[in-house]
Amino acid sequence: MKSARPHPAWVPWFFLGPFLLLFAVFFAWPLARAAVLSFEQTYGPGVVVFIGLRNATFLLRDPLFWTAFKNTVIFTVGSLLVQMPAALGLALLLNRPSLKGRHWFRLVFFSPALIGIVFAATLATLVFEKQTGLINYALHSLFHRWDPDFPWLDDYLMTSLILAALWLYAGFNMVYFLAALQNVPAEQIEAASIDGANAWQRFWHVTLPAIRPVGGFIVLLSVAGSFQIFVLPYVMFLRTGGGGPHDRGLTIVMYLYKTGFLAGDLGYASAIGWVLTILLVGIVLLHRRLTRGEEF
Amino acid sequence: MPDRRRITRWLGRTLLYVLLLFFAGLTAVPFIWMVTSAFKAKEDFFSSLFLPGGHGFLGVAWDRLTLGNFRRLFHVLPMARSLLNSIFLASTCSLFATLCGAMGGYGLSKFHFRARGWLTTLVLGTAVLPMPLLLAPRFELIYHLHLLDTYAGYLLPQLAPAFGVFLFRQAMLNHVPAEIVESARLDGCGEIRIFFTLVLPLVRPMIGAFIIITFLGVWNDFIGPQIIIQTTERLPLAVTLASMQNNYGTDYGLLMAGTLVSVAPIICLFLLLQKEFISGLTSGTVKG
Repeated sequence: MKSARPHPAWVPWFFLGPFLLLFAVFFAWPLARAAVLSFEQTYGPGVVVFIGLRNATFLLRDPLFWTAFKNTVIFTVGSLLVQMPAALGLALLLNRPSLKGRHWFRLVFFSPALIGIVFAATLATLVFEKQTGLINYALHSLFHRWDPDFPWLDDYLMTSLILAALWLYAGFNMVYFLAALQNVPAEQIEAASIDGANAWQRFWHVTLPAIRPVGGFIVLLSVAGSFQIFVLPYVMFLRTGGGGPHDRGLTIVMYLYKTGFLAGDLGYASAIGWVLTILLVGIVLLHRRLTRGEEF
Repeated sequence: MPDRRRITRWLGRTLLYVLLLFFAGLTAVPFIWMVTSAFKAKEDFFSSLFLPGGHGFLGVAWDRLTLGNFRRLFHVLPMARSLLNSIFLASTCSLFATLCGAMGGYGLSKFHFRARGWLTTLVLGTAVLPMPLLLAPRFELIYHLHLLDTYAGYLLPQLAPAFGVFLFRQAMLNHVPAEIVESARLDGCGEIRIFFTLVLPLVRPMIGAFIIITFLGVWNDFIGPQIIIQTTERLPLAVTLASMQNNYGTDYGLLMAGTLVSVAPIICLFLLLQKEFISGLTSGTVKG
Protein backbone atom coordinates (compact mmCIF):
# COMPACT_ATOMS: atom_id res chain seq x y z
CA MET A 1 0.00 0.00 0.00
CA LYS A 2 2.69 2.43 1.05
CA SER A 3 4.15 4.46 -1.83
CA ALA A 4 2.08 2.45 -4.27
CA ARG A 5 2.41 5.44 -6.49
CA PRO A 6 5.65 7.26 -5.71
CA HIS A 7 6.21 10.78 -6.89
CA PRO A 8 8.27 11.22 -10.06
CA ALA A 9 11.91 12.09 -9.39
CA TRP A 10 11.60 15.64 -10.73
CA VAL A 11 8.97 16.76 -8.21
CA PRO A 12 11.20 17.86 -5.29
CA TRP A 13 13.51 19.65 -7.75
CA PHE A 14 10.55 21.46 -9.23
CA PHE A 15 9.62 22.84 -5.81
CA LEU A 16 13.19 23.57 -4.78
CA GLY A 17 14.12 24.96 -8.18
CA PRO A 18 13.30 28.67 -7.86
CA PHE A 19 14.86 28.87 -4.41
CA LEU A 20 17.99 26.91 -5.33
CA LEU A 21 18.58 28.96 -8.47
CA LEU A 22 18.36 32.30 -6.67
CA PHE A 23 20.25 30.91 -3.71
CA ALA A 24 23.12 29.73 -5.90
CA VAL A 25 23.36 33.05 -7.72
CA PHE A 26 22.86 35.50 -4.85
CA PHE A 27 24.24 33.58 -1.83
CA ALA A 28 26.57 30.77 -2.78
CA TRP A 29 28.38 32.65 -5.54
CA PRO A 30 28.88 35.90 -3.54
CA LEU A 31 30.10 33.82 -0.60
CA ALA A 32 32.72 32.12 -2.75
CA ARG A 33 33.55 35.44 -4.36
CA ALA A 34 33.97 37.06 -0.91
CA ALA A 35 36.78 34.63 -0.20
CA VAL A 36 38.68 35.63 -3.35
CA LEU A 37 37.75 39.30 -3.09
CA SER A 38 39.52 39.64 0.24
CA PHE A 39 42.82 39.08 -1.59
CA GLU A 40 42.04 41.82 -4.07
CA GLN A 41 41.78 45.58 -4.22
CA THR A 42 39.05 47.26 -6.25
CA TYR A 43 38.43 50.76 -7.48
CA GLY A 44 34.66 50.65 -7.66
CA PRO A 45 33.09 47.35 -8.79
CA GLY A 46 34.70 47.48 -12.25
CA VAL A 47 38.47 47.55 -11.64
CA VAL A 48 40.00 44.65 -9.70
CA VAL A 49 43.68 44.09 -8.80
CA PHE A 50 45.08 41.03 -7.02
CA ILE A 51 47.15 42.09 -4.01
CA GLY A 52 47.53 38.82 -2.10
CA LEU A 53 47.77 39.08 1.67
CA ARG A 54 48.18 42.83 1.72
CA ASN A 55 44.56 43.42 2.85
CA ALA A 56 45.16 41.18 5.85
CA THR A 57 48.48 42.73 6.82
CA PHE A 58 47.12 46.24 6.35
CA LEU A 59 44.02 45.46 8.39
CA LEU A 60 46.03 44.29 11.38
CA ARG A 61 47.81 47.66 11.51
CA ASP A 62 44.89 49.83 10.37
CA PRO A 63 44.19 52.29 13.22
CA LEU A 64 40.68 53.02 11.92
CA PHE A 65 39.76 49.34 11.99
CA TRP A 66 40.96 49.06 15.59
CA THR A 67 38.99 52.18 16.50
CA ALA A 68 35.91 50.61 14.95
CA PHE A 69 36.62 47.34 16.76
CA LYS A 70 37.07 49.09 20.10
CA ASN A 71 33.88 51.13 19.65
CA THR A 72 31.91 48.02 18.71
CA VAL A 73 33.16 46.15 21.79
CA ILE A 74 32.33 49.13 24.05
CA PHE A 75 28.85 49.32 22.56
CA THR A 76 28.29 45.57 22.83
CA VAL A 77 29.37 45.36 26.47
CA GLY A 78 27.61 48.57 27.53
CA SER A 79 24.46 47.58 25.71
CA LEU A 80 24.45 44.12 27.29
CA LEU A 81 24.94 45.51 30.79
CA VAL A 82 21.91 47.83 30.63
CA GLN A 83 19.76 45.81 28.26
CA MET A 84 19.61 42.42 29.96
CA PRO A 85 18.69 43.65 33.46
CA ALA A 86 16.12 46.02 31.93
CA ALA A 87 14.53 43.33 29.78
CA LEU A 88 14.50 40.75 32.58
CA GLY A 89 13.19 43.35 35.04
CA LEU A 90 10.30 44.27 32.77
CA ALA A 91 9.53 40.60 32.18
CA LEU A 92 9.49 39.91 35.93
CA LEU A 93 7.15 42.85 36.53
CA LEU A 94 4.82 41.64 33.80
CA ASN A 95 4.94 37.95 34.69
CA ARG A 96 1.72 37.86 36.72
CA PRO A 97 -1.39 36.51 35.06
CA SER A 98 -3.55 38.58 37.42
CA LEU A 99 -1.97 41.85 36.32
CA LYS A 100 -4.51 44.26 34.83
CA GLY A 101 -3.58 45.68 31.44
CA ARG A 102 -0.75 43.16 31.05
CA HIS A 103 -1.41 42.90 27.35
CA TRP A 104 -1.22 46.68 26.90
CA PHE A 105 1.98 47.07 28.87
CA ARG A 106 3.59 44.36 26.76
CA LEU A 107 2.44 46.12 23.61
CA VAL A 108 3.90 49.45 24.72
CA PHE A 109 7.26 47.98 25.70
CA PHE A 110 7.46 46.04 22.47
CA SER A 111 6.41 48.94 20.21
CA PRO A 112 9.87 50.49 19.52
CA ALA A 113 11.07 47.17 18.05
CA LEU A 114 8.21 47.32 15.61
CA ILE A 115 9.19 50.46 13.74
CA GLY A 116 12.23 50.18 11.51
CA ILE A 117 15.69 51.03 12.77
CA VAL A 118 16.05 53.94 10.34
CA PHE A 119 12.85 55.49 11.61
CA ALA A 120 13.70 54.82 15.23
CA ALA A 121 17.18 56.25 14.66
CA THR A 122 15.76 59.42 13.09
CA LEU A 123 13.50 59.84 16.08
CA ALA A 124 16.40 59.15 18.47
CA THR A 125 18.61 61.74 16.76
CA LEU A 126 16.03 64.45 17.34
CA VAL A 127 15.39 63.25 20.89
CA PHE A 128 19.10 63.78 21.71
CA GLU A 129 19.31 67.14 19.92
CA LYS A 130 20.58 70.22 21.78
CA GLN A 131 18.05 72.86 22.94
CA THR A 132 14.93 71.48 21.25
CA GLY A 133 15.57 67.76 21.75
CA LEU A 134 13.15 65.91 24.00
CA ILE A 135 15.75 64.96 26.61
CA ASN A 136 17.59 68.26 26.91
CA TYR A 137 14.36 70.26 26.82
CA ALA A 138 12.64 68.11 29.43
CA LEU A 139 15.67 67.95 31.75
CA HIS A 140 16.21 71.70 31.49
CA SER A 141 12.56 72.43 32.34
CA LEU A 142 12.68 70.05 35.31
CA PHE A 143 16.11 71.06 36.63
CA HIS A 144 17.09 74.55 35.61
CA ARG A 145 20.73 73.83 36.15
CA TRP A 146 20.71 71.24 33.36
CA ASP A 147 22.59 72.58 30.34
CA PRO A 148 20.19 72.61 27.35
CA ASP A 149 23.25 72.32 25.12
CA PHE A 150 24.30 69.01 26.67
CA PRO A 151 26.27 67.33 23.85
CA TRP A 152 24.53 63.93 23.69
CA LEU A 153 25.49 63.35 20.09
CA ASP A 154 29.08 64.61 20.43
CA ASP A 155 30.94 63.97 23.68
CA TYR A 156 28.40 61.44 24.96
CA LEU A 157 27.63 59.69 21.70
CA MET A 158 28.28 56.17 22.99
CA THR A 159 25.90 56.77 25.92
CA SER A 160 23.26 58.03 23.50
CA LEU A 161 23.77 55.03 21.26
CA ILE A 162 23.42 52.58 24.14
CA LEU A 163 20.32 54.39 25.43
CA ALA A 164 18.75 54.41 21.96
CA ALA A 165 19.46 50.68 21.60
CA LEU A 166 17.97 50.10 25.04
CA TRP A 167 14.77 51.86 24.01
CA LEU A 168 14.68 49.90 20.75
CA TYR A 169 15.41 46.37 21.96
CA ALA A 170 14.55 46.10 25.67
CA GLY A 171 10.93 45.22 24.86
CA PHE A 172 12.01 42.73 22.23
CA ASN A 173 14.25 40.88 24.68
CA MET A 174 11.53 41.17 27.31
CA VAL A 175 9.26 39.01 25.11
CA TYR A 176 11.91 36.26 25.12
CA PHE A 177 12.39 36.51 28.87
CA LEU A 178 8.62 36.34 29.37
CA ALA A 179 8.57 33.13 27.35
CA ALA A 180 11.46 31.78 29.43
CA LEU A 181 9.66 32.61 32.67
CA GLN A 182 6.82 30.30 31.63
CA ASN A 183 9.24 27.43 32.21
CA VAL A 184 9.84 28.27 35.86
CA PRO A 185 8.06 25.53 37.84
CA ALA A 186 5.39 27.19 39.99
CA GLU A 187 5.61 24.40 42.61
CA GLN A 188 9.24 25.18 43.27
CA ILE A 189 8.47 28.87 43.84
CA GLU A 190 5.65 27.90 46.19
CA ALA A 191 7.82 25.41 48.04
CA ALA A 192 10.55 28.02 48.48
CA SER A 193 7.95 30.47 49.67
CA ILE A 194 6.66 28.03 52.28
CA ASP A 195 10.22 27.41 53.41
CA GLY A 196 10.44 31.11 54.18
CA ALA A 197 12.48 32.33 51.24
CA ASN A 198 11.94 36.01 50.50
CA ALA A 199 11.35 37.44 47.03
CA TRP A 200 15.04 38.03 46.36
CA GLN A 201 16.04 34.52 47.46
CA ARG A 202 13.27 33.00 45.35
CA PHE A 203 14.51 34.95 42.33
CA TRP A 204 18.17 34.09 42.93
CA HIS A 205 17.79 30.39 43.76
CA VAL A 206 14.74 29.28 41.77
CA THR A 207 13.86 31.66 38.93
CA LEU A 208 17.33 32.54 37.72
CA PRO A 209 18.64 28.94 37.43
CA ALA A 210 15.44 27.96 35.60
CA ILE A 211 15.77 30.69 32.94
CA ARG A 212 19.55 30.46 32.65
CA PRO A 213 19.68 28.41 29.42
CA VAL A 214 17.26 30.67 27.53
CA GLY A 215 18.96 33.67 29.11
CA GLY A 216 22.27 32.52 27.68
CA PHE A 217 20.70 32.26 24.27
CA ILE A 218 19.24 35.78 24.51
CA VAL A 219 22.67 37.10 25.51
CA LEU A 220 24.23 35.36 22.51
CA LEU A 221 21.65 36.84 20.11
CA SER A 222 22.13 40.28 21.60
CA VAL A 223 25.94 40.12 21.38
CA ALA A 224 25.83 38.85 17.78
CA GLY A 225 23.38 41.63 16.89
CA SER A 226 25.41 44.33 18.65
CA PHE A 227 28.56 43.29 16.81
CA GLN A 228 26.78 43.93 13.52
CA ILE A 229 25.23 47.26 14.48
CA PHE A 230 25.25 49.69 11.59
CA VAL A 231 22.06 51.59 10.81
CA LEU A 232 21.48 53.04 14.26
CA PRO A 233 24.88 54.79 14.61
CA TYR A 234 24.99 55.55 10.88
CA VAL A 235 21.78 57.59 11.02
CA MET A 236 22.39 59.06 14.47
CA PHE A 237 25.83 60.37 13.54
CA LEU A 238 25.06 61.37 9.94
CA ARG A 239 25.45 65.00 10.78
CA THR A 240 28.73 64.57 12.62
CA GLY A 241 30.56 63.05 9.68
CA GLY A 242 29.22 59.50 9.71
CA GLY A 243 31.38 58.21 12.54
CA GLY A 244 30.85 60.99 15.00
CA PRO A 245 33.65 63.35 16.04
CA HIS A 246 37.06 61.64 15.82
CA ASP A 247 35.26 58.47 14.65
CA ARG A 248 34.24 57.69 18.20
CA GLY A 249 30.97 56.30 16.87
CA LEU A 250 32.47 54.27 14.03
CA THR A 251 31.50 50.57 14.21
CA ILE A 252 32.91 47.57 12.33
CA VAL A 253 30.07 47.29 9.81
CA MET A 254 30.02 51.07 9.38
CA TYR A 255 33.71 50.92 8.49
CA LEU A 256 32.99 48.05 6.10
CA TYR A 257 30.28 50.12 4.44
CA LYS A 258 32.48 53.21 4.16
CA THR A 259 35.41 51.27 2.71
CA GLY A 260 33.34 49.34 0.21
CA PHE A 261 30.75 51.84 -0.91
CA LEU A 262 32.15 55.30 -0.23
CA ALA A 263 35.84 54.61 -0.89
CA GLY A 264 35.01 51.90 -3.43
CA ASP A 265 37.38 49.16 -2.22
CA LEU A 266 35.21 46.05 -2.21
CA GLY A 267 38.28 43.88 -1.55
CA TYR A 268 39.17 45.51 1.73
CA ALA A 269 35.48 45.58 2.66
CA SER A 270 35.37 41.80 2.18
CA ALA A 271 38.45 41.39 4.35
CA ILE A 272 36.66 43.34 7.12
CA GLY A 273 33.63 41.12 6.52
CA TRP A 274 35.72 38.00 7.13
CA VAL A 275 37.16 39.40 10.34
CA LEU A 276 33.62 40.11 11.49
CA THR A 277 32.59 36.55 10.60
CA ILE A 278 35.56 35.08 12.48
CA LEU A 279 34.75 37.22 15.53
CA LEU A 280 31.14 36.02 15.46
CA VAL A 281 32.14 32.38 15.10
CA GLY A 282 34.48 32.89 18.06
CA ILE A 283 31.62 34.31 20.12
CA VAL A 284 29.37 31.35 19.26
CA LEU A 285 32.12 28.86 20.18
CA LEU A 286 32.79 30.69 23.45
CA HIS A 287 29.07 30.62 24.22
CA ARG A 288 28.94 26.88 23.57
CA ARG A 289 31.90 26.36 25.83
CA LEU A 290 30.34 28.36 28.64
CA THR A 291 26.93 26.71 28.38
CA ARG A 292 28.17 23.19 27.75
CA GLY A 293 25.75 20.54 28.86
CA GLU A 294 22.80 22.92 29.19
CA GLU A 295 19.81 22.13 27.03
CA PHE A 296 16.61 23.96 26.48
CA MET B 1 -1.98 40.91 61.88
CA PRO B 2 -3.96 39.99 58.70
CA ASP B 3 -4.68 43.72 58.35
CA ARG B 4 -1.02 44.58 58.17
CA ARG B 5 -0.49 41.87 55.61
CA ARG B 6 -3.28 43.24 53.47
CA ILE B 7 -1.74 46.68 53.58
CA THR B 8 1.70 45.46 52.51
CA ARG B 9 0.12 43.52 49.67
CA TRP B 10 -1.83 46.58 48.59
CA LEU B 11 1.33 48.69 48.77
CA GLY B 12 3.24 46.13 46.71
CA ARG B 13 0.59 46.10 44.01
CA THR B 14 0.43 49.89 43.85
CA LEU B 15 4.20 50.08 43.61
CA LEU B 16 4.12 47.53 40.78
CA TYR B 17 1.62 49.57 38.78
CA VAL B 18 3.48 52.82 39.44
CA LEU B 19 6.70 51.25 38.19
CA LEU B 20 5.06 49.77 35.12
CA LEU B 21 3.31 53.01 34.24
CA PHE B 22 6.56 54.92 34.68
CA PHE B 23 8.49 52.64 32.33
CA ALA B 24 5.63 52.50 29.85
CA GLY B 25 5.58 56.30 29.88
CA LEU B 26 9.32 56.46 29.24
CA THR B 27 8.94 54.06 26.30
CA ALA B 28 5.98 55.86 24.79
CA VAL B 29 7.09 59.46 25.30
CA PRO B 30 9.28 59.63 22.16
CA PHE B 31 6.27 58.51 20.08
CA ILE B 32 3.99 61.13 21.61
CA TRP B 33 6.69 63.72 21.06
CA MET B 34 7.02 62.62 17.44
CA VAL B 35 3.29 62.97 16.77
CA THR B 36 2.99 66.41 18.38
CA SER B 37 6.21 67.63 16.73
CA ALA B 38 4.97 66.67 13.29
CA PHE B 39 2.16 69.22 13.61
CA LYS B 40 4.30 72.02 15.01
CA ALA B 41 5.74 75.00 13.17
CA LYS B 42 9.49 75.57 13.40
CA GLU B 43 9.36 78.49 15.83
CA ASP B 44 7.24 76.54 18.36
CA PHE B 45 10.01 74.01 18.97
CA PHE B 46 11.84 76.45 21.19
CA SER B 47 8.80 77.47 23.22
CA SER B 48 7.14 74.15 24.00
CA LEU B 49 7.98 70.49 24.50
CA PHE B 50 4.80 68.89 23.22
CA LEU B 51 1.96 71.18 22.11
CA PRO B 52 2.33 74.97 22.14
CA GLY B 53 0.63 76.59 25.13
CA GLY B 54 -2.19 79.09 24.64
CA HIS B 55 -5.77 79.88 25.55
CA GLY B 56 -7.55 77.11 23.66
CA PHE B 57 -9.12 73.92 25.05
CA LEU B 58 -6.86 72.31 27.72
CA GLY B 59 -4.54 75.30 27.57
CA VAL B 60 -3.21 74.45 24.15
CA ALA B 61 -2.93 76.88 21.26
CA TRP B 62 -4.65 74.56 18.78
CA ASP B 63 -4.66 77.20 16.10
CA ARG B 64 -0.85 77.23 16.06
CA LEU B 65 -0.76 73.61 14.91
CA THR B 66 -0.12 73.18 11.22
CA LEU B 67 -0.24 70.66 8.43
CA GLY B 68 2.56 72.56 6.72
CA ASN B 69 5.15 69.87 7.40
CA PHE B 70 3.04 67.24 5.67
CA ARG B 71 2.25 69.60 2.81
CA ARG B 72 5.95 70.20 2.19
CA LEU B 73 6.67 66.52 2.55
CA PHE B 74 4.27 65.63 -0.26
CA HIS B 75 4.50 68.70 -2.49
CA VAL B 76 8.15 69.71 -2.30
CA LEU B 77 9.79 66.38 -1.45
CA PRO B 78 9.21 63.06 -3.27
CA MET B 79 7.56 61.51 -0.20
CA ALA B 80 4.45 60.25 -2.02
CA ARG B 81 6.63 58.46 -4.53
CA SER B 82 8.79 56.93 -1.81
CA LEU B 83 5.70 55.72 0.00
CA LEU B 84 4.46 54.01 -3.17
CA ASN B 85 7.94 52.54 -3.78
CA SER B 86 8.01 51.07 -0.27
CA ILE B 87 4.53 49.61 -0.63
CA PHE B 88 5.44 48.10 -4.00
CA LEU B 89 8.77 46.63 -2.89
CA ALA B 90 7.48 45.26 0.41
CA SER B 91 4.37 43.63 -1.04
CA THR B 92 6.07 42.15 -4.11
CA CYS B 93 8.88 40.79 -2.03
CA SER B 94 6.71 39.34 0.73
CA LEU B 95 4.49 37.58 -1.80
CA PHE B 96 7.22 35.98 -3.91
CA ALA B 97 9.66 35.29 -1.08
CA THR B 98 6.88 33.49 0.79
CA LEU B 99 6.01 31.42 -2.28
CA CYS B 100 9.66 30.60 -2.89
CA GLY B 101 10.24 29.77 0.78
CA ALA B 102 7.11 27.60 1.07
CA MET B 103 7.97 25.68 -2.09
CA GLY B 104 11.54 25.17 -0.91
CA GLY B 105 10.42 24.08 2.55
CA TYR B 106 8.00 21.60 0.95
CA GLY B 107 10.73 20.23 -1.27
CA LEU B 108 13.05 19.70 1.69
CA SER B 109 10.50 18.20 4.08
CA LYS B 110 8.11 15.94 2.18
CA PHE B 111 10.27 14.15 -0.37
CA HIS B 112 13.03 11.60 -0.11
CA PHE B 113 15.96 12.11 -2.42
CA ARG B 114 19.65 11.67 -2.09
CA ALA B 115 20.80 15.30 -1.92
CA ARG B 116 18.30 16.20 0.79
CA GLY B 117 20.60 15.89 3.78
CA TRP B 118 23.41 18.11 2.64
CA LEU B 119 21.03 20.60 1.01
CA THR B 120 19.30 21.07 4.35
CA THR B 121 22.64 21.57 6.09
CA LEU B 122 23.69 24.07 3.44
CA VAL B 123 20.50 26.12 3.77
CA LEU B 124 20.73 26.12 7.56
CA GLY B 125 24.42 26.97 7.48
CA THR B 126 24.05 30.03 5.31
CA ALA B 127 21.07 31.30 7.29
CA VAL B 128 23.43 32.07 10.17
CA LEU B 129 26.11 33.85 8.08
CA PRO B 130 26.49 37.54 8.93
CA MET B 131 24.88 39.53 6.13
CA PRO B 132 27.56 42.27 6.04
CA LEU B 133 30.00 39.70 4.64
CA LEU B 134 27.92 39.38 1.47
CA LEU B 135 27.44 43.12 0.90
CA ALA B 136 30.54 43.73 -1.19
CA PRO B 137 30.53 40.61 -3.42
CA ARG B 138 26.79 40.87 -4.02
CA PHE B 139 27.13 44.50 -5.02
CA GLU B 140 29.84 43.51 -7.47
CA LEU B 141 27.63 40.73 -8.88
CA ILE B 142 24.67 43.04 -9.35
CA TYR B 143 26.97 45.53 -11.07
CA HIS B 144 28.12 42.84 -13.50
CA LEU B 145 24.54 41.72 -14.14
CA HIS B 146 23.74 45.35 -15.06
CA LEU B 147 21.07 45.42 -12.38
CA LEU B 148 22.37 48.37 -10.35
CA ASP B 149 19.69 51.02 -9.76
CA THR B 150 16.89 48.59 -10.68
CA TYR B 151 14.24 46.99 -8.49
CA ALA B 152 15.22 43.58 -9.87
CA GLY B 153 18.72 44.09 -8.50
CA TYR B 154 17.34 44.79 -5.07
CA LEU B 155 14.52 42.22 -5.07
CA LEU B 156 16.05 39.10 -6.61
CA PRO B 157 18.46 38.35 -3.71
CA GLN B 158 15.58 38.82 -1.25
CA LEU B 159 13.48 36.19 -3.00
CA ALA B 160 15.71 33.32 -1.83
CA PRO B 161 15.02 33.34 1.90
CA ALA B 162 17.15 30.56 3.42
CA PHE B 163 15.59 31.34 6.77
CA GLY B 164 12.11 31.11 5.25
CA VAL B 165 12.84 27.69 3.74
CA PHE B 166 13.94 26.56 7.19
CA LEU B 167 10.78 27.91 8.86
CA PHE B 168 8.47 26.33 6.28
CA ARG B 169 10.35 23.05 6.47
CA GLN B 170 9.71 22.97 10.23
CA ALA B 171 6.03 23.93 9.79
CA MET B 172 5.49 21.23 7.16
CA LEU B 173 7.23 18.54 9.20
CA ASN B 174 4.88 19.36 12.09
CA HIS B 175 1.59 20.09 10.36
CA VAL B 176 1.46 18.21 7.06
CA PRO B 177 0.94 14.45 7.54
CA ALA B 178 2.60 12.36 4.84
CA GLU B 179 -0.55 10.19 4.50
CA ILE B 180 -2.61 13.11 3.21
CA VAL B 181 -0.13 13.84 0.45
CA GLU B 182 0.17 10.15 -0.41
CA SER B 183 -3.54 9.48 -0.58
CA ALA B 184 -4.08 12.55 -2.76
CA ARG B 185 -1.39 11.21 -5.05
CA LEU B 186 -3.18 7.82 -5.16
CA ASP B 187 -6.38 9.61 -6.12
CA GLY B 188 -4.53 10.97 -9.11
CA CYS B 189 -4.18 14.52 -7.88
CA GLY B 190 -1.40 16.47 -9.65
CA GLU B 191 1.72 17.42 -7.70
CA ILE B 192 1.21 21.17 -8.11
CA ARG B 193 -2.43 20.92 -7.09
CA ILE B 194 -1.46 18.92 -4.00
CA PHE B 195 0.87 21.72 -2.96
CA PHE B 196 -1.53 24.60 -3.47
CA THR B 197 -4.82 23.07 -2.35
CA LEU B 198 -3.69 20.60 0.33
CA VAL B 199 -0.31 21.56 1.76
CA LEU B 200 -0.45 25.36 1.83
CA PRO B 201 -3.76 25.59 3.76
CA LEU B 202 -2.25 23.38 6.47
CA VAL B 203 0.58 25.84 7.15
CA ARG B 204 -1.54 28.98 6.90
CA PRO B 205 -0.30 30.50 10.21
CA MET B 206 3.29 30.26 9.02
CA ILE B 207 2.34 31.88 5.71
CA GLY B 208 0.79 34.83 7.55
CA ALA B 209 3.75 35.20 9.88
CA PHE B 210 6.30 34.96 7.10
CA ILE B 211 4.50 37.45 4.85
CA ILE B 212 4.55 39.87 7.75
CA ILE B 213 8.20 39.47 8.70
CA THR B 214 9.24 39.83 5.07
CA PHE B 215 7.04 42.89 4.57
CA LEU B 216 8.45 44.47 7.69
CA GLY B 217 12.01 43.53 6.76
CA VAL B 218 11.77 45.19 3.34
CA TRP B 219 9.88 48.22 4.64
CA ASN B 220 12.56 48.81 7.25
CA ASP B 221 15.54 47.76 5.12
CA PHE B 222 18.03 50.55 4.72
CA ILE B 223 21.37 49.16 3.62
CA GLY B 224 20.03 47.12 0.67
CA PRO B 225 18.32 49.93 -1.24
CA GLN B 226 20.97 52.42 -0.09
CA ILE B 227 23.60 50.40 -1.95
CA ILE B 228 21.65 49.17 -4.97
CA ILE B 229 19.26 52.00 -5.83
CA GLN B 230 20.58 55.42 -6.79
CA THR B 231 17.85 57.39 -8.56
CA THR B 232 15.97 59.56 -6.04
CA GLU B 233 12.55 58.71 -7.49
CA ARG B 234 13.13 54.99 -6.99
CA LEU B 235 14.15 55.14 -3.32
CA PRO B 236 11.97 53.62 -0.60
CA LEU B 237 11.02 55.54 2.55
CA ALA B 238 13.91 54.33 4.70
CA VAL B 239 16.57 55.78 2.40
CA THR B 240 14.59 58.93 1.61
CA LEU B 241 14.17 59.68 5.29
CA ALA B 242 17.85 59.15 6.04
CA SER B 243 18.86 61.46 3.20
CA MET B 244 16.37 64.05 4.50
CA GLN B 245 18.40 64.03 7.71
CA ASN B 246 21.38 65.05 5.63
CA ASN B 247 19.64 67.84 3.77
CA TYR B 248 17.02 69.06 6.24
CA GLY B 249 18.77 68.13 9.48
CA THR B 250 17.50 71.08 11.49
CA ASP B 251 13.97 70.99 10.13
CA TYR B 252 12.59 68.99 13.06
CA GLY B 253 8.92 69.29 12.12
CA LEU B 254 9.56 68.01 8.63
CA LEU B 255 11.66 65.08 9.84
CA MET B 256 9.08 64.09 12.44
CA ALA B 257 6.28 64.29 9.89
CA GLY B 258 8.36 62.09 7.58
CA THR B 259 8.97 59.56 10.34
CA LEU B 260 5.29 59.56 11.25
CA VAL B 261 4.25 58.90 7.64
CA SER B 262 6.82 56.08 7.45
CA VAL B 263 5.79 54.23 10.58
CA ALA B 264 2.03 54.85 10.49
CA PRO B 265 1.31 52.07 7.93
CA ILE B 266 3.31 49.57 9.99
CA ILE B 267 1.50 50.51 13.19
CA CYS B 268 -1.89 50.18 11.46
CA LEU B 269 -0.89 46.75 10.11
CA PHE B 270 0.25 45.76 13.57
CA LEU B 271 -3.01 46.74 15.23
CA LEU B 272 -4.88 44.72 12.62
CA LEU B 273 -2.69 41.60 12.77
CA GLN B 274 -1.23 41.55 16.28
CA LYS B 275 -1.11 37.80 16.77
CA GLU B 276 0.65 37.02 13.51
CA PHE B 277 3.09 39.84 14.19
CA ILE B 278 4.32 38.62 17.55
CA SER B 279 4.62 35.02 16.41
CA GLY B 280 6.31 36.19 13.22
CA LEU B 281 8.82 38.45 14.91
CA THR B 282 9.83 35.90 17.48
CA SER B 283 9.61 32.80 15.28
CA GLY B 284 12.70 30.82 14.51
CA THR B 285 14.92 32.65 16.93
CA VAL B 286 13.44 30.78 19.85
CA LYS B 287 12.94 27.12 19.22
CA GLY B 288 9.98 25.06 20.31
